[in-house]
Amino acid sequence: MSIDIETARKVAHLARIRVEEDRLPALAQEFSNILAFIEQLNEVNVDDIEPMVSVTPMRLKRRADVVTDGGYQDKILSNAPDAREGFFAVPKVVE
Amino acid sequence: MSDLNKLTISGARDALAKGETTAQALTEACLAEIEGAGALGAFVHKTPEIALDQAKAADARIKAGEATAMTGIPLGIKDLFCTRGVPSQAASRILEGFKPEYESTVTQKLFDAGAVMLGKLNMDEFAMGSSTETSVYGNAVNPWKVDERQLTPGGSSGGSASAVAADLCLAATGTDTGGSIRQPAAFAGITGLKPTYGRVSRWGIVAFASSLDQAGPMTKSVRDAAIMLSAMAGHDPKDSTSRDLAVPDFEAALTGDIKGTVIGIPREYRLDGMPAEIEKLWDEGKAMLADAGARMIDISLPHTKYALPAYYVIAPAEASSNLARYDGVRFGRRARLAAGDGITEMYEKTRAEGFGDEVQRRVMVGTYVLSAGFYDAYYNRARKVRALIKRDFEEAFDQGVDAILTPATPSAAFGLGEMADADPVAMYLNDVFTVTVNLAGLPGISVPAGLDVEGLPLGLQLIGKPWEEGDLLNTAYALERAAGFVSKPEKWW
Repeated sequence: MSIDIETARKVAHLARIRVEEDRLPALAQEFSNILAFIEQLNEVNVDDIEPMVSVTPMRLKRRADVVTDGGYQDKILSNAPDAREGFFAVPKVVE
Repeated sequence: MSDLNKLTISGARDALAKGETTAQALTEACLAEIEGAGALGAFVHKTPEIALDQAKAADARIKAGEATAMTGIPLGIKDLFCTRGVPSQAASRILEGFKPEYESTVTQKLFDAGAVMLGKLNMDEFAMGSSTETSVYGNAVNPWKVDERQLTPGGSSGGSASAVAADLCLAATGTDTGGSIRQPAAFAGITGLKPTYGRVSRWGIVAFASSLDQAGPMTKSVRDAAIMLSAMAGHDPKDSTSRDLAVPDFEAALTGDIKGTVIGIPREYRLDGMPAEIEKLWDEGKAMLADAGARMIDISLPHTKYALPAYYVIAPAEASSNLARYDGVRFGRRARLAAGDGITEMYEKTRAEGFGDEVQRRVMVGTYVLSAGFYDAYYNRARKVRALIKRDFEEAFDQGVDAILTPATPSAAFGLGEMADADPVAMYLNDVFTVTVNLAGLPGISVPAGLDVEGLPLGLQLIGKPWEEGDLLNTAYALERAAGFVSKPEKWW
């Protein structure tokens, strides 16, 4: 399947990556090449095959549903590009 | 003792135990070597103060008679591992300035065993690449050189491979999602082990594709890989996919006796257009193992051809989800915003300037294959093919095969920049022999086995049964002894 410029623009937006308009045709071409490679999978008969969920099947461990961690707001915020008054700061979300 | 940086882990352990050297002397020798090796681009954040503090503590521990095999051993740590208070960027611009407040389980275990961290090692951005050319720090360079060209040390653990091959450290950590330990190990003439999925905790390692990622040792010998794996492995309550199994003493498994071991030779790994040298090396490997008493049998892994296409659905899909966390809010870099920019512009600009081309491409491919209408056609189909690939291996093991021998890579190291104009898919082919192992969750090891006509190292890969790293390492040990690979790159840097 070949990817058109409109689809490339939509995917970039879904991925929240700004792509300049003049980059879109080349990007669409790269996607098309990669998808052509991926589409070899259509040659495989996958009837009655369950999709893999876990590569090393095991029962996940359980533990008591209690708080085991936390209480260090300063550490959580220490790497934030913009932290104010104990919160992460972002541009205005609601008008 | 001279040339302390050239020691293996086992050699250093024995010298430390006999009092012939100290952890401090070992560490200083490595730090001096790193200072002179800027041209290799291997170490991207140096931590000499931490290293010397850890070395002093190690010497005290050795004196007190409380040493482990890793006590006082100077290591390089791939930049993908979060290390407390030390930049941990996954070689990405988007994690510029990020200093974790926590320590990854693997580095914590190594430190608890007394190991010394010399610094952080170069890699492909977010471990996406096969040449360490997608790093924000610039290229890592292979210490092997046969003409005026600079060669890639492979990727994504290229800095690790370069540092170990050039004796800047005794060993290094790596991670392997599609071949990122084994391909660079082969390109640099060292040993690289990807353990069974779940053997080593992924907690605190920057995630790329969580169902495929696994950390492992990159070392100068098979024995060192065994020693270091014992220190890295084990159940971790913080990683729900880490298996609650006792960690054996892997070094004790190295008897070198492989009489009666059955080695499978998969016919699908003989590729059209494969260089004659790779084929020859593979034949030599078979002969060496047969001489050591193993029995070769031909096997078929019929879905091999579809491993790379399946990988290039599953890995980008998981990456697009894992990398959604880089949003310019909680850590790392945020783009400079224009007046009136809202939160969507913040995300889009931050991710556009923070991620390099290959990472952007994979995040977008992943987004596409997971998007409404395509999920079944691409993602679910790839997961079904993955199940078939795993079944191929299970059927081979059910036939009585103990390990599988293949080439590690389809070529020797190539020149930096040589793939710059190639289609991204051409670079993906580097992982053709290694990626099946990640998809099936198996352990695999690359062992240096010879030189090509130009004098560049080539590796052979052994693939083992799940959780049988001990047997796998023992077969690798027999192969290592038979191959007798002792070549080292000549120092030019």
